[in-house]
Amino acid sequence: MGVKKVKVVKEEKASESFNEKNQCLFYPGASNCAGCPETIAVRAILSVAGKNTIIVNATSCLEIVSSQYPYTSWGVNYIHGAFENAAAIAGGVSLALEKLGKEGNVIALAGDGGTLDIGLQSLSGMLERGEKVCFICLDNEAYMNTGVQRSSATPFAASTTTSPAGKIIKGNVTWKKPIAEIVVAHRIPYIATASIGYIDDLKVKVAKALKKENQPSFIHVLNPCPLGWKFESHQTVQIGRLAVETGMWVLYEIENGSFKLTMDVPKRKPVEEYLRAQGRFSHLFKEENLHIIKEIQKRIDEEWERFRKC
Amino acid sequence: MKKVLEGSHAIAEAVKLCKPGVIAAYPITPQTHIIERLSEMVADGELDAKFVNAESEHSAISICLGAQAIGVRTFTSSASQGLALMYEVLYIVSGMRLPIVMVVANRSLSAPLNIWNDWSDSFGARDSGWIQLYCESIQEAVDTVIQAYKIGEDEKVSLPVMVCIDGFFLSHVYEPVEIPDSKIVEKFLPTYKGRVIDFNKPISQGMWAGPDYYQEFKKAQHEAMENAKEVIRKTNNEFKKIFGRGYGNGLVETYNMEEAEYALITMGSLSGTAKYVLKSKKIKDIGLIRIKSFRPFPVDEIKKAIKNLRGVGVLEKDISPGLGGTLCYELRGLTKKKNVSTFVGGLGGRDVKIEDFLKIFKAIREERGELIWV
Repeated sequence: MGVKKVKVVKEEKASESFNEKNQCLFYPGASNCAGCPETIAVRAILSVAGKNTIIVNATSCLEIVSSQYPYTSWGVNYIHGAFENAAAIAGGVSLALEKLGKEGNVIALAGDGGTLDIGLQSLSGMLERGEKVCFICLDNEAYMNTGVQRSSATPFAASTTTSPAGKIIKGNVTWKKPIAEIVVAHRIPYIATASIGYIDDLKVKVAKALKKENQPSFIHVLNPCPLGWKFESHQTVQIGRLAVETGMWVLYEIENGSFKLTMDVPKRKPVEEYLRAQGRFSHLFKEENLHIIKEIQKRIDEEWERFRKC
Repeated sequence: MKKVLEGSHAIAEAVKLCKPGVIAAYPITPQTHIIERLSEMVADGELDAKFVNAESEHSAISICLGAQAIGVRTFTSSASQGLALMYEVLYIVSGMRLPIVMVVANRSLSAPLNIWNDWSDSFGARDSGWIQLYCESIQEAVDTVIQAYKIGEDEKVSLPVMVCIDGFFLSHVYEPVEIPDSKIVEKFLPTYKGRVIDFNKPISQGMWAGPDYYQEFKKAQHEAMENAKEVIRKTNNEFKKIFGRGYGNGLVETYNMEEAEYALITMGSLSGTAKYVLKSKKIKDIGLIRIKSFRPFPVDEIKKAIKNLRGVGVLEKDISPGLGGTLCYELRGLTKKKNVSTFVGGLGGRDVKIEDFLKIFKAIREERGELIWV
């Protein structure tokens, strides 16, 4: 649970909770699970965005851990509305700021459900209208807040509570929805993918996404979830890197229509390493399911070639 | 000077006088003429507002939520399925205490699909925590829009307001209307001073609350609704003093009650026909009680008005399947009299004619005390 007032001690100055002026933008004490990537991402985002920021948060893990009345973790203005309308609310916020003649960053933060599934229409509307919003999807690849149910961001073959690995059906039967590519079709100025495994890369991308001439902008951040993906809580950053090293997650940006791989991986590790590290894929290592790993590797190879040709 | 205007266009003129900074809407019959006219005003520079063509009603109300939370006055308009699609956000707006004003051009709900008038849409949002004011005429709709901002923004209230008008019957009809002078409206309704965002004093809005606090929020909303009764009365009086037009006491209007033994209770444009029939047929034993404010519900006024009557009849354009007329059952709680008849009619735009009113009056006198379909 977050606390409103925090005594600032010298040691804490160095932490990303506080900016160079000693202002706390996201207070310590949010009630995340151990090893949760959400606050890592939020602190990185706010360290770039600064205090003149309004966060519009979709209903999500992040919202629950940071905004329990009468406490708040937020040292910046914060609005939570509902699950599917963060983009619309953020659009309204940006128009209101223009009307008031105030300058500030409007950042919508939503999970994969609030972006790819229930929030897709609202996101598309905001992007199409060209409102001055930076929309950041913190993707942990399932509905973690309600107990790890499958979303359209859940990878193929992952076992979740609504796509369990059974005797007949071996986990999730669909491939992850390519949301960034759907966003690309809106021809907005700036689109990027990121991983909390590479925090400096994320910060560079946030800085670009916050430029008004680059908005509306969209960043899709992979957020490995220890609870839902079933790995040890100290491995979060490591898994975030492994995703990129295996090509399971590709880091790129598209600035005014021009595509750039922001991290080339000339020698990709086999996807098996990524899958083996997570309990949600453990069923794939049974003798009768090993062919699924091959299927995933084939898909990654194809996708990687496709991205390299962009 | 009066102008002959279509109801929707007259309402747009009233909205313009209130100077909303952000207008977001999605087209739905019979509300569209309101937003069409507003978009013209913005396009012509007559109204300095951001006009947003939202991709759904859910987003339209969400855009208003975002803008209002930052400190800008907003407006939206909807009806029927559109209002139903907003339903989730309606509760969030009232819970966040954002005084958004919305005109609902009342229309039935599917299925079967039907674009015509009844009250099913806004009655569905009865408990959403929005003030609901139902208008009898286009003039009243114009005046009520202006009052709605003042009522909702009052610090004792701080609640969103729905101005409900009967779709087509009011939205699409031409009437001579007095559009108030903008300078006088400016005095009546000063610039919005909501919680304007301050980057140096950040606040969190739309928090979640557990069992230890949630109920306090709902209690506070109920108390704000109770406060709204006095604010509505006061606003109606003040408006009457300045502009010369008032509507009962703002909550309830009574008509022809001097010698009445019975009363017809109804809302919206049905009241106009009821008044005409009572007057033209020189009926003395039946009066009219028009509820203008459905939420907050004017319990004291209604109790007082029906106290010495032999019976009442409630005419309403809605049905709660498995119960009957919603308004009637709300009123039954206010009287021990058994002879409260419900007349459900006008659903899906069916005309309630003069002869229907005569049949209704006859049934009220017979003290039938049952559900009668008109």
